[in-house]
Amino acid sequence: MEARATARTEGDVLEVALQGSWSLGGATPRWGSVVGDAAPKAVRLRADGVSHWDTSLIVFVGEASHWCADKGIACDLERLPERMRLLGGQFAKSLVTGELNDHSRSLFVEVGLATRNAMSQAREFLGFIGECWLAAKRLVSGQAGFRWNDCLSEMQKCGAMALPIVSLISFLVGITLAYSGAIVLRRFGGDIWVADLIGVAMTREMGAMMAGIVLAGRTGAAYAAEIGSMKSNEEIDALTVLGISPVRFLVLPRVLAVGLMMPLLALYANALGILGGMMVAYVDLGIPPAAYWIEMLTIVDLPDIAVGVIKSIVYGLIVGLSGCLRGLQSENNAAGVGQSATSAVVTGILYIIVADAIFAVLFQAIGL
Amino acid sequence: MTTDAQPAIEVTELACSYQDYKVLQGVSFSVRHAEIFFIVGGTGVGKTTLLRNMVGLATPVHGDVRFNGRSFTGADVVERQEMLKTFGLSFQGGALWSSLTLRENIALPLEEYTRLPGDEIGRIAAFRLSQVGLKGFEDYYPSEISGGMKKRAGLARALALDPTIVFFDEPSAGLDPVTARNLDSLILDIRDTFGTTIVIVSHDVDSIMGIADRLIMLDRDTRGIIAEGSPRQLATGPSDPKVLEFLTRRSVRSG
Repeated sequence: MEARATARTEGDVLEVALQGSWSLGGATPRWGSVVGDAAPKAVRLRADGVSHWDTSLIVFVGEASHWCADKGIACDLERLPERMRLLGGQFAKSLVTGELNDHSRSLFVEVGLATRNAMSQAREFLGFIGECWLAAKRLVSGQAGFRWNDCLSEMQKCGAMALPIVSLISFLVGITLAYSGAIVLRRFGGDIWVADLIGVAMTREMGAMMAGIVLAGRTGAAYAAEIGSMKSNEEIDALTVLGISPVRFLVLPRVLAVGLMMPLLALYANALGILGGMMVAYVDLGIPPAAYWIEMLTIVDLPDIAVGVIKSIVYGLIVGLSGCLRGLQSENNAAGVGQSATSAVVTGILYIIVADAIFAVLFQAIGL
Repeated sequence: MTTDAQPAIEVTELACSYQDYKVLQGVSFSVRHAEIFFIVGGTGVGKTTLLRNMVGLATPVHGDVRFNGRSFTGADVVERQEMLKTFGLSFQGGALWSSLTLRENIALPLEEYTRLPGDEIGRIAAFRLSQVGLKGFEDYYPSEISGGMKKRAGLARALALDPTIVFFDEPSAGLDPVTARNLDSLILDIRDTFGTTIVIVSHDVDSIMGIADRLIMLDRDTRGIIAEGSPRQLATGPSDPKVLEFLTRRSVRSG
């Protein structure tokens, strides 16, 4: 028999008799349609004819008692089985909504929060740089030990293991530059100057830049994710409570590793880029490698290589520091770790480009 | 100067917040030497926040924490580091450094703070591990052992520098009753053997009734302490109904 709720008025009391089998899957009466426009002084529920019931009946009972409470009238549930009465009461209580947690904010509050956030980030960044400086000073003055094993293992990870991807990217950059250069230079019959273009571009700019971008994506993200997950695992707290500076323990070995490996990778990228250019010059422009090499040496000098190396050291420090900083700033959850990795890459690449612009002006000014 | 009459830990009028939410205010209590002291309360009342503020992982909004009479909250970096060496903290999930083996995890604080030769540090680390029943697991990485073992290894690390105070954050959370009881008896052993002051954040009633000397109970509504005393006193004496409900929980199955 299907679920039914029959209302009957007895004086001022509305008695609702529940009958049949109440199931969530089937059609069950709603309190609103049963009570209609009635305005009783009290409500009484009885469930003598209920053969089977589940939450659907609890919902009915709960809505009834919530309705009564709303109207300020008595709701008599005494004739219901005890469990039905208890659960119905619980359901009615759950219908009472508390104060809403309003997440909407005014523009004024948004601007204020964003400003406060920006200021606290700037403070954190300066604090981090300061801590790194102090830790490095203590290390140099011999006041604190250094984890060379960690540093060497990081050097292997960010240096040797990055060789394949750095090789591929720099080689391809060399090829692309050579083709682009050839389009213009050919018009003037100056095909051979492709060697000069590639030589200067790779040594002064692209070698360091490409290695920096690869490392920002590869190593910076890895540092942020690694330190971020250590943070969510309370490993950073465990260091702090022991009075061991996380900066000295985790950041310095990593930053030093990437700072040392970066110039080597940049030099390697220079060589691969030049090789790419040389290949295009030989295959497409018919310039023999020996001629290419000699032409390149007429323009590429030690200062050009030094410029690239200086840049690469700074890029390395940027990648290492931004990766570690974002890791330490990471929120203690899985999403936080992902965000910190993304943010490390973005920060790393952004600061590399900014630093490159500053270098361009600086080297121009000092005539390097 | 440290005297036995002086409490090991003294917390005065501490107010703590979590993000921008004020969790606790006006919290004052003291822990005696060699006492097993519990900080109890339901979930979300601020037990762990209080612990983090006590050990310096968070900065209190107001108030002071003193260890053996010396202020920790107002201490400078050097002073604070000195004090940090005297206590250990066992984290809820162990918080072992994942890139180091168990032996290396325990050796690290020793390498940092002592001038002992490497082989001796290795032996001490092995001894600490055997103390917590992890003999033979010295060269395992944290990812290779179970949750309960991680917790015990975390405890071994917390004990590495022979601390005078050890803090535990939910030591029995996520452990089966037998392992939890073994951990309790280990804690009791440590206190009895070394006279270590032990502060435990927990809501495990069995542990509380089993090993606590004294406890404070925190409450969300008052944002402070609603009861302080020995578990038996609180469970049998005239206590706040919330305290009685917490300490004398009966089975939900009637009869």
